[in-house]
Amino acid sequence: MKKGYYGDFGGQFVPELLMPPLLELEEAMERILPSKEFQDELASELKHFVGRPTALTFCPNLSTKLGIKLWLKREDLAHGGAHKVNNTIGQALLAKKLGKTRLLAETGAGQHGVASALAAARLGMKCTIYMGALDVERQSLNVRRMRLFGAEVVPVESGTRTLKDAINAALRAWIAEQRTTHYCFGTAAGPHPFPLLVRELQSVISREARAQMLEQAGRLPDYVVACVGGGSNAIGAFHEFEPDASVKLVGVEAAGRGKPGDWHSAPLSKNGTPGVLHGMRSQLIQTDEGQILPSHSIAPGLDYPGVGPEHAALQASGRATYVNVTDDAAIEAFLELSRHEGIMPALESSHALGWVLRNAGSLPRGSHVVVCLSGRGDKDLDIVNDYVAAQGEGK
Amino acid sequence: MSKHILTERIEQAHAKGRLALIPFLPGGYPDKKRFWEEIDQLDKNGADIIEIGMPFSDPVADGPVVEHASLKCLEAGVNLAWILGELAARKGRYHAGIVLMGYLNPVLQYGLSRFAKDAASAGAHGVILADVPFEESEPIRAAFDPEGLALIALVGLNTAPERMELYGSVAKGFAYFVSVLGTTGVRSSFDTGLPPEVSAGLAAAKKAFGVPVALGFGLKRPEQLAGLHGLADAAVFGSALIRHIDEGGEAAGFMKIWK
Ligand SMILES: Cc1ncc(COP(=O)(O)O)c(C=O)c1O
Repeated sequence: MKKGYYGDFGGQFVPELLMPPLLELEEAMERILPSKEFQDELASELKHFVGRPTALTFCPNLSTKLGIKLWLKREDLAHGGAHKVNNTIGQALLAKKLGKTRLLAETGAGQHGVASALAAARLGMKCTIYMGALDVERQSLNVRRMRLFGAEVVPVESGTRTLKDAINAALRAWIAEQRTTHYCFGTAAGPHPFPLLVRELQSVISREARAQMLEQAGRLPDYVVACVGGGSNAIGAFHEFEPDASVKLVGVEAAGRGKPGDWHSAPLSKNGTPGVLHGMRSQLIQTDEGQILPSHSIAPGLDYPGVGPEHAALQASGRATYVNVTDDAAIEAFLELSRHEGIMPALESSHALGWVLRNAGSLPRGSHVVVCLSGRGDKDLDIVNDYVAAQGEGK
Repeated sequence: MSKHILTERIEQAHAKGRLALIPFLPGGYPDKKRFWEEIDQLDKNGADIIEIGMPFSDPVADGPVVEHASLKCLEAGVNLAWILGELAARKGRYHAGIVLMGYLNPVLQYGLSRFAKDAASAGAHGVILADVPFEESEPIRAAFDPEGLALIALVGLNTAPERMELYGSVAKGFAYFVSVLGTTGVRSSFDTGLPPEVSAGLAAAKKAFGVPVALGFGLKRPEQLAGLHGLADAAVFGSALIRHIDEGGEAAGFMKIWK
């Protein structure tokens, strides 16, 4: 297969001016990443700084209620409050070995921005975060956290003023600053080698979860369910289970409000079509003329009109299934998990859980279901409160 | 083999003792009607090659001036079918060579081979796709070659000689050397004399490419051209022309300054 491709998807669709840093990164992935020295250092950071392994938590109350065995892989317990740090600490270490002194990153919800900023602070690097101006407004807590960690946050005013445009701005900045700066891409998307690099770094999720299931349940799960924005927590949660044919992999996209004609963030499970954006060929939400359409989700971290290429390929091969749930279902899951299990999930992760809550009745009774709880919900409290208040008024 | 028409246009300018001039304007800018009037003016006032931008929602190689202009064109309903249809209606009218410049996705959605056929029959001679590096260019060249449509490479200060050779081995028409590590419309890094790394990069490109080399990105003042003689074969202006039009100017006046 062609370099950097997953079936028909992937590739390196970037200006030539970005090829040298991508080639440099590819080379580093081959040479530095597998080395014992790097792997030891990464393992140490994951243990002592990130707080891994994260727990695999059985949910007794919801399990009884739903008639399944519900397990959560607790990425909300990772430092920073989401899985994002698995990726940023690894990329920051790699960048440092390449002699880079600065990290550049895009962010939507601000979780990847926070994770990049704290990794940069830890490793003594500078950090600049590009964030859509709209997201700067709706995730102000995370903006303050990034600034506390010493990062510069640049609001992006162009286009739709969200994640898609933050990526454009970060790619542009990387063209100019590639000599000193590493672009710490936040999800398993973008040009090769990012989808591969991010998968390598996020696979720790399924490596741990698989071993924990065998230890705690004495068996593999029947389902692994994860939300899909760009696809990093999902690919991390799926990867080590891929060879286990009995384990069904379910990626949950964001359907937005779910009204006909509304924007959504579900290129795989709704009406996405193949195209090229942000350096990759993948499934995109676009017009017939190839213009990228705005996306929507109540979860800022899922609000993206594309998806990582490996997910497009996993869907095409049938190894994974992609579904979607609405804002409503995610809010309901957010409230249910908080109320019944004492765990407040991120709105992104609430999509994965929302699918399980709504579909538990049609799963074989007693199925073991692992949900990747990709992050904690503190950042989303205002959104949830406003949503619930607005629903109350509507009644 | 006969010379590609884009190569010829550049050499004809040299025969007159000057660099070839390559203005760029996003298709449909400043509006759908005036755009074609400006193209006429560019053609009549010394443009050797005209680059017509194919607007895209996410132009990662462009700075704010071109991005803003492109988004305005999209809002006005500009699409590839309109650009190619209007161009076809004017076929044979221009002396200048015609190059379409944009990003891959709109071309893919239009259909690669349908695009190649329609672009060539509308009178385009070459295409620049800013997000297609050598690694991804094979299927595109395979569609363009039979139509005589050149896929024009964009290389720059960080392109190693080996990569220049790769592009050089398949180049047609001309090659485009980007003067700065940055996007279109960035601050020019030089006044009259070229910085040494740009001269060195141009020299490497001249060596690797059997076709003429145009310098672009960051050209703002005509005085800059003096320093290019002997190093570059052509000069490309994009953001400077858009700014000139935004300030109430017309293409004819713009070309007079540069010629
Ligand atoms: C908690 C959380 N989960 C999921 C996502 C979605 O990203 P991905 O699909 O790359 O896991 C984000 C993105 O910001 C996030 O913050």
